[in-house]
Amino acid sequence: MLNRDTRDPAALPRLLLTLLALVLLWPGIQLSELDLGVLLQADSQSEMGRFVAAFWPPTHDADFLQLLLDATLQTLAIATAGMALALLLAIPASLLASRALSLSAASLGGRPKPLAQLLRWPVRGLLIFLRSVPEIVWALLFVRAVGLGPTAGVLAIAITYSGMLGKVYAEIFESVDQRPAHALLQAGSGRLAAFVYGILPNAAAELTSYTVYRWECAIRASVVMGFVGAGGLGQQIDLSMRMFAGGEVASMLLTFLLLVLLADQLSRVLRRRLA
Amino acid sequence: MTLRLSGASLSHGNGVHALRGVDLHIAAGEQVAIIGPSGAGKSSLLNLLASALQPSSGEIQLLGEQPWQLSSSQRQRLRARIGLVHQTPPLPARQRVVTAVLAGKLGQWSLGKSLLNLLHPLDIPGARRELAKLDLADKLFAQCQQLSGGQLQRVGIARVLYQAPELLLADEPVSAMDPVLAEHTLNVLCRHAEQHGVTLVASLHAVELALAHFPRIIGLRDGQILFDRPAGEVGQAQLDALYANEQLLSPPTPSVTLSLQIPRC
Repeated sequence: MLNRDTRDPAALPRLLLTLLALVLLWPGIQLSELDLGVLLQADSQSEMGRFVAAFWPPTHDADFLQLLLDATLQTLAIATAGMALALLLAIPASLLASRALSLSAASLGGRPKPLAQLLRWPVRGLLIFLRSVPEIVWALLFVRAVGLGPTAGVLAIAITYSGMLGKVYAEIFESVDQRPAHALLQAGSGRLAAFVYGILPNAAAELTSYTVYRWECAIRASVVMGFVGAGGLGQQIDLSMRMFAGGEVASMLLTFLLLVLLADQLSRVLRRRLA
Repeated sequence: MTLRLSGASLSHGNGVHALRGVDLHIAAGEQVAIIGPSGAGKSSLLNLLASALQPSSGEIQLLGEQPWQLSSSQRQRLRARIGLVHQTPPLPARQRVVTAVLAGKLGQWSLGKSLLNLLHPLDIPGARRELAKLDLADKLFAQCQQLSGGQLQRVGIARVLYQAPELLLADEPVSAMDPVLAEHTLNVLCRHAEQHGVTLVASLHAVELALAHFPRIIGLRDGQILFDRPAGEVGQAQLDALYANEQLLSPPTPSVTLSLQIPRC
C-alpha cells in the first residue's frame, strides 16, 4: 500500500486530522452532558406531550389574526431595518478588512505586504468585537437605554450583524477568483474600480445568498429578542406562553414557518437571477 | 527609449528562478516576438515588463520611468500606459463583453465614471469598433461565459486595444485560435502598433507566426536570453538549440508491423 508508486503525500495528514477530530469530539460530548436517554423517560415524555398538545388547534379568530399581522410586520420591519443599518457598517468594513483590494497582493503573487496586513487587523478586531457579544445582550442593554420596543431590537441586530456580515463579506471577496481584479490593477485601475469590475461580478450570487440568509436569521433573532421586550412576534409569543395559550403560540410558529419559506424562495429567485 | 532591463532576475516564492540576469533593450515603436519552450519564463518576462511583478534583483526602466521607485499611485498612472494581453483573459464569467472591453480604460477614468459605466456602458461605439476589428462585434452584449476560448482571447485583445497603451504586451495572444484567425489577429495587433507608434512585445509558441510577423525575435530558455536577432537571421540550428529537450523520449514504436490495409479516402 505504501510503495512508491501508489503513495499519496496527503494520505498521512488526512488520517491524522481525522483521528484528531475524533479525539476532540469525545470530551465535547462529555462536557456538554449530552444524554439522549432522558428524552425517552416516561415523565419527560408526558410533560412534552402536554406542552405540545395545547398547541392544537391554532388560534385563528379575527382579533388575534389582526394582532398577529401587526406583530409579523413589526418583526419584518425590525429585521429589515436592522440589516440595512448593519450593511452601512459592514460594506466599508469588509472592503477595508479584505485582502482582495490589496495593491501589493497583485504584484506579490496574492500575498499583501506585512505592513498592509497589519493595518487590516484593527478593522478585523472591530468586526470580531461587534459579533462576539450576542445580540440578546445588546438588546438587554438597549432596552434599558431606549425603553421597551422595537428600537432596541433594531440596534441590537445592526451591531451584531454588521460584525458577521463584514467578516463573511471580506472572506467571500477573497474566495472568488482574484485574477480579474489583479489584471485590472496591473492595467492601472483604482482599487475600488478593480473591485466592482473584477470581484463583484463573481461574488454577487454568494453575497446575495448570504445576505438573504442573514436576513432570515435576523427575523429569528428579532423573535428571540422579543422575549426581553424588544417588540414584534417574540413579545407576543412570550405573552401567549405566559397565558398558557398554546393555540396562539402554534399560529405564531406557523407564521414563522411561512416567513422562513419566503426568505428561502427570495434567495432562490435572486440567486437564479445572478448565477 | 521604451524598455530597458539590466541584470533582471525573478524568483517566485517557491524558490523557482523564472528569470536569471536578463539584459534587454527595446526601443520605442519596435515590434518584438519572444519565443521559447514551455516554462522558459516568457510569461514572467512579460509580467516584469508590464510592471505587474517586481524583479528580485536588477533594474527595470519602462517608458522612461523606474516603476519600483515610484509611489504606488504614480505606478498606477504608469501602468495605465501599459497594456498586457493575457493568455487566458481573466474575465468574470457573468460580465458582459461590452463592460469587459470598456474596462480597459479604468486606469484613465475617474471612479465616478467607472461606476456609471457599470450601470450603463458609456462608450458602446468605442467597444464595438475594437471588437469589429477582431470580427466579434456581434458578441457585444453577450456574457463572457458564453464565449469560447478563442473568442475570449479576442475580447482580451479588444480591451487592450481600447485601452490604447503606449506599450502593448501580449502573452500568447492567439494560442486558442485557428490558424486563419491567429494570422488575422496578429496582423491587427501589428498594424495597430505601427499606426499608433506603439511598442509591441508578444510571446508566441508558434515559431512560424513569430518569424512571419515580427522583425525581431528573442529566444528565451531557462530564464535566460539565448539569442536576440532579426527574424531573417534566425536559423534552424538556433531553433533546435532553443527547443531541445533531453527529458522527452519519443514513446517506443511497436516493433510489430501491422499488415492491415487501411483504406484511404
